[in-house]
Amino acid sequence: MNLAERKIWGYRRENGRVGVRNYVAILPLDDISNAACEAVAAHIQGTIALPHAYGRLQFGEDLELHFRTMIGTGANPNVAACIVIGIEGGWTEKVVAGIAKTGKPVAGFSIEGNGDIATVAAASRKAKEFVHWASEKVREQCPITDIWVAAKCGESDTTTGLASCPTVGNMYDKLVPLGLYGCFGETSELTGAEHLAAARAVSPEIKEKFLKTWQAYQNDVIEAHKTSDLSDSQPTKGNIAGGLTTIEEKALGNLEKIGKKIKYIDVLEPAEAPARGNGLYFMDTSSAAAECCTLQAAAGYVVHIFPTGQGNVIGNPIMPVVKVTGNPRTVRLMGEHIDVDVSGIVRREMTIDQAGDVLIDMIEKTANGRLTAAEALGHREFVMTKLYRSA
Amino acid sequence: MTIPQLLVHDRRDNVGVVVVEDLAAGTDMLAVVTEDNSDFHIAARQATPIGHKIALKDLAVGDTVIKYGEDIGKVVAPIAKGEHVHTHNLKTKRW
Repeated sequence: MNLAERKIWGYRRENGRVGVRNYVAILPLDDISNAACEAVAAHIQGTIALPHAYGRLQFGEDLELHFRTMIGTGANPNVAACIVIGIEGGWTEKVVAGIAKTGKPVAGFSIEGNGDIATVAAASRKAKEFVHWASEKVREQCPITDIWVAAKCGESDTTTGLASCPTVGNMYDKLVPLGLYGCFGETSELTGAEHLAAARAVSPEIKEKFLKTWQAYQNDVIEAHKTSDLSDSQPTKGNIAGGLTTIEEKALGNLEKIGKKIKYIDVLEPAEAPARGNGLYFMDTSSAAAECCTLQAAAGYVVHIFPTGQGNVIGNPIMPVVKVTGNPRTVRLMGEHIDVDVSGIVRREMTIDQAGDVLIDMIEKTANGRLTAAEALGHREFVMTKLYRSA
Repeated sequence: MTIPQLLVHDRRDNVGVVVVEDLAAGTDMLAVVTEDNSDFHIAARQATPIGHKIALKDLAVGDTVIKYGEDIGKVVAPIAKGEHVHTHNLKTKRW
């Protein structure tokens, strides 16, 4: 079928965005509210708790990122409705108000002065209402380009640059010009390919913004904290086992994800929602899989494409993560984690163009409700990015 | 088309990637350049794991290793054509 006419069955939300899952999320504002959220999720079926490690005594840019991630997660179109539980009312209400801007049902509960048990009881009653409301929602047909699709690679090896990343790039080259929102990140992992990444910016202004972001990471994070040439961390031991030797080599493979033709139209802060319309975006993120996926979901992306070489097993609680590999050994040894096998590319039995079409078919199936390998295996890694120590 | 043992991204590259499991020393490899589908043969000097690189020519200390037509680091121990290229003889120029 003509790609421009491809449809998926999604949930059209109050703000017009399209989700592909229908969660009632129980979101802890802070680490000490995890227990209450998990108790609500254990009690009320059809809900999902999103426990994490942070939210206390953060300040400045780090606190802003915390709020952006919390609000963005609750606002994601894969979340039908959201309960927020925090120790104190002030910050809890701030997150509730942020999520409420989408028009979706959201309610906040604070534990202080009430205790866990009363809070869990009140939140459970509201969560049950939300579950009934959400489970009455019916999927409707939407253009495939109405879903926002992010990408990030992990446990990369040399097959990533030969097969799985070019497959993702081919998908973006086909769908972004038709109106898709795309996203790539991994600031540190563009080192060695930063000149090529810079050249893919849509304008001199965005190119400058990209280079500034990349250089800030080199100066503020790498140079400020390194004790060696990072050769034990970037590439990782898994990357090295897979044949990658240097960060430059890894970065060049990584960048294959953005295809050959399209340009990125803006550089986003971590978890920042795209605001320049449809197109490809670069986001300043860690290269750690769970952190990057969590930030992209918080920015509003509803499907994630994850090319892997050696076999990363990452998932996300609210965003389906589709695994793509071109490594025949990984297909043989850990096939249960792979959604799209493009190892035919390295055998020269499949072209990149054919692989891109197979991936688009899997995006459609995933959007329609097919569980990804990570979903079926229960992977729900929700990992907040923290910029520096708390006060 | 016969299944290649080695893939090379770009004609300017001086390394290729092993794409089959259990590659034995001495194998006369079919190498394909993915950029233009051209091919050539080269012998593997050692058993080399899938995903690992093999030198397409002799490389001296200080030479730049080229892959994707780009600089991926510097040679730190001599490498003969057909030999395994990895952390023992190639290092980053960054960080």
